[in-house]
Amino acid sequence: MSKNEMIQITYREAVREAIREALRRDERVFLLGEDVGRYGGCFAVSKGLLEEFGPERIIDTPLSESGFTGAGIGAALGGMRPIVEIMTVNFSLLAADQIINNAATFLHMSGGCFNVPLVIRMSTGGGKQLAAQHSHSLEGWYAHIPGIKVLTPATLEDARGMLWSALEDPDPVLIFEHQSLLNMEGQLLANAGAVDIDRAQIRRPGSDLSVITYGASLFKALEAAEILAGEGIEVEVIDLRALRPLDDATFLTSIASTHRALIVDEGWRSGGISAEICARIMEGAFYELDAPVERICGAEVPMPYAKHLEEAAMPQVEAIVTTAKRMVRSNG
Amino acid sequence: MNAKSPSSLSGAQVDREHAHHLLHQMLRIRRFEEKSAELYTLMKIRGFLHLCIGEEAVAVGVCEALEPEDGVVATYREHGNALARGISASAIMAEMYGKQEGCSRGRGGSMHIFDDKTRFYGGNAIVGCGLPLAVGLALADKMQGRKRVTCCFFGDGAIAEGEFHESMNLAALWHLPVFFVCENNLYAMGTALERAQSVTDLVRKAASYNIASSAVDGMDVLTVEAAAKEAVNIVRREQEPYFLECRTYRFRAHSMFDPELYRSKAEVEKWKKRGPIVTLVKRLKKQGLLSDVELEQLEQQVAREIEEAVAFAENGTWEPVEDLTRFVYSERG
Ligand SMILES: Cc1ncc(C[n+]2csc(CCOP(=O)(O)OP(=O)(O)O)c2C)c(N)n1
Ligand SMILES: [Mg+2]
Repeated sequence: MSKNEMIQITYREAVREAIREALRRDERVFLLGEDVGRYGGCFAVSKGLLEEFGPERIIDTPLSESGFTGAGIGAALGGMRPIVEIMTVNFSLLAADQIINNAATFLHMSGGCFNVPLVIRMSTGGGKQLAAQHSHSLEGWYAHIPGIKVLTPATLEDARGMLWSALEDPDPVLIFEHQSLLNMEGQLLANAGAVDIDRAQIRRPGSDLSVITYGASLFKALEAAEILAGEGIEVEVIDLRALRPLDDATFLTSIASTHRALIVDEGWRSGGISAEICARIMEGAFYELDAPVERICGAEVPMPYAKHLEEAAMPQVEAIVTTAKRMVRSNG
Repeated sequence: MNAKSPSSLSGAQVDREHAHHLLHQMLRIRRFEEKSAELYTLMKIRGFLHLCIGEEAVAVGVCEALEPEDGVVATYREHGNALARGISASAIMAEMYGKQEGCSRGRGGSMHIFDDKTRFYGGNAIVGCGLPLAVGLALADKMQGRKRVTCCFFGDGAIAEGEFHESMNLAALWHLPVFFVCENNLYAMGTALERAQSVTDLVRKAASYNIASSAVDGMDVLTVEAAAKEAVNIVRREQEPYFLECRTYRFRAHSMFDPELYRSKAEVEKWKKRGPIVTLVKRLKKQGLLSDVELEQLEQQVAREIEEAVAFAENGTWEPVEDLTRFVYSERG
C-alpha cells in the first residue's frame, strides 16, 4: 500500500472502519446498543460487525436507553472501553439521567477517584422528513454540560479518525453523526487514522467573512462560499468539529482578519451553541468587528414532517448567501 | 391473577353482519397499508413508514370494544389503529403526503397521526412514551369522575423500557382505568422477544403489578374482540387497569429500510398462513357466512375508499411556509 493511496468510501463506512479498528486494536473495546448486531444497526453503520467480532463484543440490547447507557458507564468504570450507540439524539433523552447525572459528574463527585472512559455515538439532525421525535439537533445542548466532550464529525477524515481519539480520552465523549451525512461519499487516505478532537479547522480560507459552523451545515456553508466566490466575496469557513471544548481561538483569530462573523447552526437559536459562540466573540473579538455578528439557525419549532416546512426550518445555502452578501456589502 | 393462556373462539358461531363488518375493517387497513407502501416507492410518502400488515386483527378487535368517548394512545405503527378508531383514510393519507388537510396538518406524517374528534392521542414515535400519557389521561378521568377508558397500544419492545414499568405501577397503584394492549409481534426491529426479555411470558409482568391480564391469539379478530370487550368491561366497571397481550406478527419489514436479516423467510411464510384476513375469510366461508361475491363487493368498496383517499391527498394543499412556526404555542384569539 503506497503512502498516499486513496480509497472511495462513504461516511457510514468510515465510521464502521473506525469501530472495526478500535475492536481490533483494543480488546477492552465493545459495541453496545439497540439493534447494532442482528439488524446491522438502525442506520446500517455496524453491519457485518457481529459476524466478524461475535456477540460478546457486538451486543444487542433491549429497548432500555437508560439501562444500557448506565451499563456502559459501569463497564467503563470497571476497566472496559465501551462504545455505546444510541439510535438518535432524541432517544438519548431517555438516557439523559445517566449521561448528565452520572457520566459527566463521576470524576468530580469522586474527587478525582473515578474517571469514565466511555464513548457514546448517536445520530442527529434533520433533513430526512422524520418529524419531531427523530430529527432534532441537541448536540449544542449537551455542550452545556461540563464533564463530557462533544464531537461533531462532518468530514470523512473525522468520521474515520475521531473515534479512536475519543476512546483514548480518559473521560466521556459524545459523538454526533448527522443523519444526512451517512451516505456522503468521497476519497479518503487508505491509511487514515486518528485525528485530534479539540481543534476547529478552517475548511476554506477567505478574507471577507468568517462562517462558523459544524456538522452537516458545513457543506451548506462550503456550497454558499463557492457561490459567493463567484461574486467576489471570499468567505472563510470554519468547521468547529468539537462543541465542547469549544476552540474559540481558531474563530477569534479568523475574525481578527475578516472582521465579520456569521454562525450557521441547525440547532435552535434561543440558548443554543450559536448564542455561546456569539458571546465568546463579544468577549474576545468585539473591537475587531466591522458588522454585528449574525446567526442562521434552526427555526424555533419542533421539526415538521412536510418537506417544504422541514426545509424552511433548517439553515439553507440560499440564506447563507443572502446574509453573507448583506453583511459584507452593508458595512466596512 | 387471572392470567389465561391464549384462548380462541374458532368454533363459535358468529353474526353474519358483524363478521362482515370486522372483515371490512381489516381489509380497509390491509389495502391502505399496501397502497402506502406503493406510494412510498413513488416518493409521495417520505420519512419512516411502518406498516401493520399482519396485525390488523388487533387494531380492529380492540377498537370494536371501545366507546366513542374513550381515548386511544398508539405508536408509530398506528395507521391500522387510527382507521379502526374511525379517522378517515383520507385524513391519514393526506397526513402522510404532508398536506395541510392531513389529520395533523402535515406536521406529523406517518408516525404522528392525531385526531381530537376520536380522542386519538398519537402516533408516538419514542418507544414507550405513550404509556405514561395513557396513565395521565386516565388519571384526569378519575379526578373528574368520568367513566371513560384509555386504551394504550404499544409493542413488545416497549416492555423493556422503564416507562412501561413505571406506568404499570402507577396505573395499579392509583387504580386507573387504563386498557394496556401489547401488540406482541415477537420483534422490536431486529431484536426477537427472547433476546430482549428474561421472562417472555408478558402476562406475568402485569401480574407482578397486581394488574389483571390475559394473552390472546392476535391473529384471530373474533378472539381479540371478545377478550377486549371483556377487558374493557372490567376496566370501566372496576376502574382498574387491565393488560391484554395480543400475539401477532408483522408480515412486512420493520420500516421501509429493513433488509430483514434477523428472521427467516420460512418463519414469515408460516405466519402468513395464519394471517387474520385469510383466517376469517376461511372460517366464514366454511360456515356459509360469506360468498365470493360478497367478498368481492367488500374489496371493491375498500378499493373505492382508498382511491378517494389518494385523490384527497393528491388534491390537498401545502401549508404556507409563513405558517412554519404556528402551533408551537397555543393561539389565543
Ligand atoms: C426510545 C426509543 N428507542 C429506540 C427507538 C427506535 N425504534 C423504533 S421502533 C423500534 C422497535 C420497537 O419495537 P416494538 O415496541 O416491539 O414495536 P413494533 O415496531 O414491533 O410494532 C425501535 C427500536 C425509538 N423509536 N424510541
Ligand atoms: Mg414488536
